Amino acid sequence: MVPVTYYVALSAVLFTIGALGVLIRRNALIIFMSIELMLNAANLAFVAFASVNGILDGQIFVFFIMTVAAAEVAVGLALIVAIFRTKKSIDVDQINMLKG
Amino acid sequence: MTINLFLFLVLAVVVVATALGMLFSKNAVYSALFLVLNFSTVAVFYLLLGAPFIALTQVTVYAGAIMVLFLFVIMLLGTEELEESKVLPWQKPTALFLAFVLLVEGIYLMVMQKTTGLITTPVADAGSPEVIGNMLFNKYLLPFEATSILLLVAMVGAIVLTLKKKGGQN
Repeated sequence: MVPVTYYVALSAVLFTIGALGVLIRRNALIIFMSIELMLNAANLAFVAFASVNGILDGQIFVFFIMTVAAAEVAVGLALIVAIFRTKKSIDVDQINMLKG
Repeated sequence: MTINLFLFLVLAVVVVATALGMLFSKNAVYSALFLVLNFSTVAVFYLLLGAPFIALTQVTVYAGAIMVLFLFVIMLLGTEELEESKVLPWQKPTALFLAFVLLVEGIYLMVMQKTTGLITTPVADAGSPEVIGNMLFNKYLLPFEATSILLLVAMVGAIVLTLKKKGGQN
């Protein structure tokens, strides 16, 4: 018997750690991992509410979020590889030109 | 303290510790491995919440496919460690302060929601593949088909972005 508030608070903590990662890290790959962490925090809240309300639609939404995350990672990593080819760096402070 | 609450607290500590480990590792490979552990532990949470299908999808898609892709790109580019650049010296303290504000705000909003439900032991076939599949192919058929287009577009996009132009440029 765990109150659903605990799960949602844990989800808020994970989301905050992800947001902090996007703000303080300069490695584009780690920023990407932090975004994944935030998506995961949202998923946890979805499943917790689906479980406490006894409605399965929340789990279906998690399924769709996972699909979008997979698509986002494929395109994002391709972008990072393309940026690395021209700039020889994936430090986001170095990426400061609109035209590489 | 019931066994469920004890399990929740132990797993919550593991989840937060691995997330912080991901955030503060100097080496990107360690970050990726911490994140794999984080995703696997969240999968255990899904099992506790009565979502076995989502839990196993989490392990295969997130901890399996996505993180292997991450590790592959880290090793392909050889950028495990970056030296700290000092473009904005005041950025880190500001970010820490703003994250703290976000955390307080988030938890305050969640606690004030008056959602005082208890997670009980889940029904046996609540989130089984059969039930999820039924919903996916009846109620959510159109979004399901839309995700197939999305994945196709992502695949084509990834190939186009990394394609080398003819003539030696790029």
